[in-house]
Amino acid sequence: MVQAVPNTGSPSREPAKNRVGLTLADYKGAPSTLCDGCGHDAITSQIIKAYYELGVQPHMVAKLSGIGCSSKTPAYFLSRSHGFNSVHGRMPSVATGANMANHKLHMIGVSGDGDTASIGLGQFCHLVRRNVPIIYIVENNGVYGLTKGQFSATADIGSKQKKGNVNEMHPIDLCSLAIELGCGFVARSFAGDPKQLVALMKAAASHNGTAVLDVISPCVTFNNHEGSTKSYKYAKEMETPIHELGYVPFFEQITVDYEPGTVQDVEMHDGSHLRLKKLEHGYDPTDKQAAVRTIAKAQHDKMFLTGLLYIDENQKSYPDMQNLVDVPLATLPESLTRPPKEALDKIMAELM
Amino acid sequence: MKTLAADSAQETHQGRIVNDFSIQVATVNGSGSQSSNNVLMRSIFQMGIPVSGKNLFPSNIAGLPTWFTIRVNKAGWIARKKEIDILVAMNPQTAFDDVKALEPGAVCISPIELNLKETRADVKHYQVPFGELANKATDNIKLRKLLTNMIYVGVVAELLNIEQAEIDKAIEKQFEGKQKAVDLNLNAVRLGREWARENLKKDDPYFVERSNQTEGKIIIDGNAAAALGCMFAGATVITWYPITPSSSLCETLIDYLHEYRMDKDGKQTFAVVQAEDELAAIGMALGAGWAGARSMTSTSGPGISLMAEFAGFGYFTEIPTVIFDVQRVGPSTGLPTRTSQADLFSALFLSHGDTKHIVLLPGSVHECYQMAVEAFDLAEKFQTPIFVLSDLDLGMNNWMSEPFNYPTKPINRGKVLNAEQLEKLGKFERYKDVDGDGIPYRTLPGTDHPLAAYFVRGSGHTDKATYSEKPEDYKNLMDRLNRKFDTARKHVPTPIVKTVKGAKIGLIAFGSSDFAVEETLDHLKAAKVDASYFRIRALPFNEELRKFVESHDRVYVIEQNRDAQMRDLIILEVPDLATKLRSVRHYSGLPIDARFVTDEIMTQEKK
Repeated sequence: MVQAVPNTGSPSREPAKNRVGLTLADYKGAPSTLCDGCGHDAITSQIIKAYYELGVQPHMVAKLSGIGCSSKTPAYFLSRSHGFNSVHGRMPSVATGANMANHKLHMIGVSGDGDTASIGLGQFCHLVRRNVPIIYIVENNGVYGLTKGQFSATADIGSKQKKGNVNEMHPIDLCSLAIELGCGFVARSFAGDPKQLVALMKAAASHNGTAVLDVISPCVTFNNHEGSTKSYKYAKEMETPIHELGYVPFFEQITVDYEPGTVQDVEMHDGSHLRLKKLEHGYDPTDKQAAVRTIAKAQHDKMFLTGLLYIDENQKSYPDMQNLVDVPLATLPESLTRPPKEALDKIMAELM
Repeated sequence: MKTLAADSAQETHQGRIVNDFSIQVATVNGSGSQSSNNVLMRSIFQMGIPVSGKNLFPSNIAGLPTWFTIRVNKAGWIARKKEIDILVAMNPQTAFDDVKALEPGAVCISPIELNLKETRADVKHYQVPFGELANKATDNIKLRKLLTNMIYVGVVAELLNIEQAEIDKAIEKQFEGKQKAVDLNLNAVRLGREWARENLKKDDPYFVERSNQTEGKIIIDGNAAAALGCMFAGATVITWYPITPSSSLCETLIDYLHEYRMDKDGKQTFAVVQAEDELAAIGMALGAGWAGARSMTSTSGPGISLMAEFAGFGYFTEIPTVIFDVQRVGPSTGLPTRTSQADLFSALFLSHGDTKHIVLLPGSVHECYQMAVEAFDLAEKFQTPIFVLSDLDLGMNNWMSEPFNYPTKPINRGKVLNAEQLEKLGKFERYKDVDGDGIPYRTLPGTDHPLAAYFVRGSGHTDKATYSEKPEDYKNLMDRLNRKFDTARKHVPTPIVKTVKGAKIGLIAFGSSDFAVEETLDHLKAAKVDASYFRIRALPFNEELRKFVESHDRVYVIEQNRDAQMRDLIILEVPDLATKLRSVRHYSGLPIDARFVTDEIMTQEKK
């Protein structure tokens, strides 16, 4: 297998190509129309990088979203992939249907905190419950951007709106909710931490099931002020990674370069490896109870923990449960989708 | 007032009324009477006599009253008939009212302890010791209630002269493979029959006599018929949320799929998703349709309301899917177990903005099957959600029908471009009207070609599917969608037109009203009133509608809703002919009946 070679940017040379012979540019989309400095654009860059480095064929990717600033972003990456900007909060159902039609497609869904934690909370829960294989990214900024700065359901208690209003309601923690619902891949990250983000995205791509990535993505226009708990300043100061992440794709050799006992190795569904270098917490992301406790404690202590919060690679995904034929249902020939005349004759005889 | 429709029941032969009456069985919901009523109906059907069965049931699992009506009619009329000739009054809660509602001379079979004789002296009573007989049938208290139902089957069979061999056959079919149940039920029928033979003196005119009118025919409900249509249409992704009266459509489909749509390795060639609600059900159907599946969902009024936003999305982004609406009575929860045709407006215009959909209107179980097959082709041909409007009467009741035909045309997947075609064309614009029919070309996700990808968005878009707020782009798009809708006029099921030469009046109906209207035509003929009939089978209309209205002086639009929705749609189509249109509306929740239609027309004709 060919390893991804970083683009040197030199105009005189051929641009670098990944293992399927495509350049980084082949994974890009239309120019962003979001505000300058928007956290979402930083996430978009990491999505492009992750897919390029993984060498995923763009035509086999389906990118989906709901409504909101975050949901505009699929237009800004992977222009050679089919995209689906659906209705507000309903991307999970579209993804579920698309997955049933063609379970070979690699799906990535981009949503926001309004789209997921309010209008789409029900569909989010059921997507997770079914374990539909998709990378589900919540670009979480605590506000409704497109409608100019109303609080969302993930706003922290005590967080201040630009106009000065203080939120007094409990936030919905999408990570602990996802874990509670049985999700096998739950991570929290920060748009300003590209290294961690890209590793998490690649790991999510190797996961067989719903992978939830709750990414704090500051809104530079409506929620980046003093008193906001989702501003660049706050997140940068408060971010506490629970581990350092290393991702080794299935097509690369694993090298042992760490002290025994300092790194936790997780083998992913597709044979890739995730190496978690433990930091001070000694966190074990395969312990579900510990994960829920840790998130609750962090919330109480007003800490911003990032990293892979929970992983379980031994779950059946929705298509696994469906006992589907290998060929995507979308392209099955008529010989397999229309039973023969004898079948109708038999049924008619039974009804006589 | 003596009505025209009542005349047909007066045909007697030496005081006998043969093969022309209705039986109503009143029981308690959840008492297991469904099997007995099916046995009764099937036995008569097997004797070659046309029948239809209607279940009038409450929104309840057990304990509330339910009525099952079997219409036996030698002329083949299978619509609801208002008058009950033979009542089997098994439900003490309703027995008194049930008997009071009978016409003089009707028959009442009832448990002896209810002593209904006292209530109506002008009704012929047969009082039966059901409790005593049930004790003889079994020692098991739990089974006693169930077997009581089979005992009344025996009593009715003896009184009407239903052949025992046909009862045996019907019971074997009903309890297929469960010999113990077959034996128990047969014994109960025998007990009822023998008791009746020994203790009752036949003193009513009603008889069945073997005929040959049901040879080769099937009995099926509309939901099962639609389910078969979906299976033979090659549906691959089925998403649904349970709701009365549509649940049995998907449930029957799932059973059939598991039997007939597994590949040689035992893998499914279909996926079924029971969604969390109707919003998700249609979202999944659209996601699947976009990704290339033949997708469908099935629901009823409240579900249709919830699907509104996505329905407009599907129309605007041009994604194929099929949506069955088995209509029940609204608004709101309404009467969830009663029938209606009041979702016409909401289905046709479902969603905000300038939205209009293609709507198919099956008028029989045969058409439930046929139009289900057709709906999937139309959805992919027109790249849009297709609505199929059935109703509770058609969907959940048993109807006699000719057997269904195997599809003659191969599956039509519409304008889908693959990688080779893209390579040859050298360009692809998702929403461009290349052929002038308003229908663009699409590609499926997973197509291995750099030109294949496009971006579905519910916001304004160009021919290339890119975001646009430009006035001319929006207008172009909306005009093309209109062009596509116009193209559909020539491709949807055509109306069934029966023109009577010189007829001054015309009748227009759709859906399950057809059964009653056909019978009404017979009444009118008997009364020497010439009438033509135009049955609408789909929206948008085609040009024949105008011709029909033009060629008659008065046109009665017959429908099962309060607001004359179809009449209003016709006015929108031919506003200059509006004054010719009259309206006959039935909206009690009960299926429309011929006598009502005939009386309404005759009354309006006199005005």
